[in-house]
Amino acid sequence: MNAIETKKLTKRYKDLTAVDGLDLAINEGELFALLGVNGAGKTTTIKMLSCLTKPTSGDAYLNGNSILTDTANVKKCIGVSPQETAVAPNLTVKENLELMCGIHGFSKEKKERKTAELSEQFDLGQILNKRAAKLSGGWQRRLSIAMALIGEPNILFLDEPTLGLDVLARHDLWEIIRILKDKITIILTTHYMEEAENLSDRIGIMKDGHLLALGTAEELKATAKTEKFEDAFVAIINEGSEVVI
Amino acid sequence: MRLLAFSGRTAKEILRDPLSLGFGLGFPLVLIFLLSAIQANIPVSLFEIQSLTPGITVFGLSFMTLFSATLIAKDRESALLQRLYTTPLTARDFIFGYTLPILPIAAAQSVVCYIAGIALGLPVTVTIVYAVLFIIPVSLFFIALGLLCGSLLGVKQVGGICGALLTNLTAWLSGVWFDLDLVGGIFKKIANVLPFVHAVELERAVLGGNYVAIFPHLYWVLGYAIAAIALAVYFFLRQMRRQ
Repeated sequence: MNAIETKKLTKRYKDLTAVDGLDLAINEGELFALLGVNGAGKTTTIKMLSCLTKPTSGDAYLNGNSILTDTANVKKCIGVSPQETAVAPNLTVKENLELMCGIHGFSKEKKERKTAELSEQFDLGQILNKRAAKLSGGWQRRLSIAMALIGEPNILFLDEPTLGLDVLARHDLWEIIRILKDKITIILTTHYMEEAENLSDRIGIMKDGHLLALGTAEELKATAKTEKFEDAFVAIINEGSEVVI
Repeated sequence: MRLLAFSGRTAKEILRDPLSLGFGLGFPLVLIFLLSAIQANIPVSLFEIQSLTPGITVFGLSFMTLFSATLIAKDRESALLQRLYTTPLTARDFIFGYTLPILPIAAAQSVVCYIAGIALGLPVTVTIVYAVLFIIPVSLFFIALGLLCGSLLGVKQVGGICGALLTNLTAWLSGVWFDLDLVGGIFKKIANVLPFVHAVELERAVLGGNYVAIFPHLYWVLGYAIAAIALAVYFFLRQMRRQ
């Protein structure tokens, strides 16, 4: 079954078409990476899929729920970790997790269980009582992803999760994303080619609101006749014509 | 439950910010003691404790606008709001969650100001309780103004407009620091069509037990509070849709 299916999904802002007739199907449990240069339409696509922005035309279905007519049900099945570190700075790590539990309407028992579960999964135990503002960038991103998982989503959106992190923090976060893989569907946007290549089942490359290429990293390299994935990406972007595999 | 969780977070964010506590509570207290000291040496009727305490209490509320606007602007810039818009929280939860927790903080600030007034010789009467109650509509105006500014402005702009401009406007146009009759003319006319002087006169009338004198000041305050709430809700929902 498809976790996400978009049908001619389009977003226009006055004279600019940010996303143009996007047709895409993402399988359940898949880790799908969306790549593209700045302004390609990746974040707008995620914003539409997470009900933050209404499409100008077209529709998308998340677990069968329309983003136009079933937003309440869509919101129940998604978790979002935005590009910026979206945490409450003066709350401790534990309070940030509890805040999300409260927002999802969990009982006291479930709140305690869920907080303990995610603290263990993300190794947050040592910093549970530390204020979020005092954490390093890497720990804030960990917390951000943990917060996105509180609502037990089937679909997780990670918008440039490792942006600005050092190599070690990035690799730590990759390990966490690998652990989540297969359990839930993950949509990842990134500027790091090796991140997309190492983590994703399939990759979509966008340019000027269009999906130019779609396939596994190996398939995209073979199509672009390059050895490195980064070269394949550059070739596809420069070629500009659609290569859907 | 959801509203409670979000409201609790709003209160914690504000109360844990040392600048908020310093300015919100400390600054009005310093002013009460300082102006009372001036009054002790050079008697000015405006700075008599019965007149000064309600004025400083209203002035202190301008910091509620700053707290509220700063929190919302920060949440917008850090994308925390963007994250929360993808959760089951509704527009009503956001608006109440940002405004309701600041009401008890505003009331607590007023209580502290009146306690300071009592320490400086303000007679203890039941009218102090009424004065604290009448602070609620005034607080609603200032808090709604914060929601409005936080929905429209960035963190830096909030600092300038709410932190500097609004606090100064509240001070100058409220008749707390100087008698508006002394300036007169266009300045007094402008002050009289704004809510600040009416909020101070309302508090002074209630504290003095002169209930007839609360009108028309109460109408002015309520009118501005309703207008500020309506505009705040409109612009908050607009920025929410624009996400």
